[in-house]
Amino acid sequence: MSYTKRNDGRKFEETRPIEAKAGVIKNADGSGFFKIGKTSAYAAVYGPKELFPRSQHNPRKGLLRCNYNMMPFSGSGDRVRPGPNRRSKEISLVTQKALLPVVNLEGFPNAVIEVFIELPQTDAGSRCAGICAASIALADAGITMKDMVASVSCGKVGDKVLIDLDYSEESHEDGAVDIPVAMIPSTEEITLLQLDGFITKDELKKAIQMVKPVLKNIAEIQRKALKEKYK
Amino acid sequence: MGKLLVKDKEIVVPGDVIAEGMDFLPSFGTYRTGEKIIANRTSLLSIDGKVIKTIPLAGRYLPKRNDVIIGRVFDILMSGWRMDINSAYSAVLMLQEASFKYIQKGADLTKFFAIDDYVVVKITNVTSQRLVDVTVKGPGLRRLEAGRIVKVSTHKVPRIIGKQGSMVSTIKDATGCRITVGQNGVVWVQGEPEQEVLAVNAIKKIDENSHHSGLTDEIKKFLDSNKVKTKGDKK
Repeated sequence: MSYTKRNDGRKFEETRPIEAKAGVIKNADGSGFFKIGKTSAYAAVYGPKELFPRSQHNPRKGLLRCNYNMMPFSGSGDRVRPGPNRRSKEISLVTQKALLPVVNLEGFPNAVIEVFIELPQTDAGSRCAGICAASIALADAGITMKDMVASVSCGKVGDKVLIDLDYSEESHEDGAVDIPVAMIPSTEEITLLQLDGFITKDELKKAIQMVKPVLKNIAEIQRKALKEKYK
Repeated sequence: MGKLLVKDKEIVVPGDVIAEGMDFLPSFGTYRTGEKIIANRTSLLSIDGKVIKTIPLAGRYLPKRNDVIIGRVFDILMSGWRMDINSAYSAVLMLQEASFKYIQKGADLTKFFAIDDYVVVKITNVTSQRLVDVTVKGPGLRRLEAGRIVKVSTHKVPRIIGKQGSMVSTIKDATGCRITVGQNGVVWVQGEPEQEVLAVNAIKKIDENSHHSGLTDEIKKFLDSNKVKTKGDKK
């Protein structure tokens, strides 16, 4: 059986409704909010500030420390066990790697920029929403960065290549492939690419081609959110 | 021929293409790739002839030589004091920079500056690794006594001072407070308690509305409508 119509009636190259905001957390140096469908992420940036432990000091450049966390009530019914786990540590690391190519850390030797990503509600695509929110927060904190980072997932459900899978599609009975992608829109450099499942080379290429214009569109939404703050 | 894609005094965010063509020059907060000039931080665009500059809107204080700042002593070293300067880096006030008088070896350093004292200091040197040296030898540099401290964004400091100090003297005249503004965004206010509160509120208002034009009049109105009388006031 092929997947002909999406569960929520979207087109195959259409994302869920997106909402973005900057400056949502007053105490932070910079903050961002990114919501895509039922997945929402808050990001707060503190710093550059003094780095502890001192063993992590790098006299050549600063450190970008990311922390991804799903809130206990964020899933669909089951309580998420709080605190760091294997999954959140991995996502923290890939988030850091996705953001590093744009952030200029040379100006702050021995210092740290801390990024905290919290997800109050998740419905697949949480690491992508987290990266989008973190990118807004970093820009809002006045950090020097060459561009924004936009992120969304693409993949395959049944035999259809599509954009932005939600949880019902990710766990589809015909099998699904989830590919989170993050990209620097101006250079089209890909900073995050993970893959879960089986997909042919051609289908993967098709999915990446499909996701690029969508990512550029998301970057525009992020920019608009930042400018909205100063209106 | 180059083309400007964003108007002067508009907000730009990282990745925004500001201009195309080789006859514009990228300056602070912008960079060039190929023919394009792109913003690399959230800032206000300020075009000066061919030079494209930006005025940052957010970000922590980065220590710069000759800045007059307000620091808080948080540690006492063998021969000096370590200060929190509202930045990613801390500053060191060395013994020979602390006083015009000779300080005896083994003297009690808390007699000069104790922990948690606020001090107006001037940055004498910043190394490539951001080690910061400060001095209190100079006009207006001293330990602060009484009063209260307000923290604002370092990029709002020029607005709080105003053109030729117009904004800060407006607040001083209206409240009768003594005010010292540090480049690092730490502001010290001292006067009658009610007046201090009014001055602090005015400073916070500037911090929040700094990107508005006509701010000095707005603050004047705010100070007039919230005027408080104190014992020292003449009728």
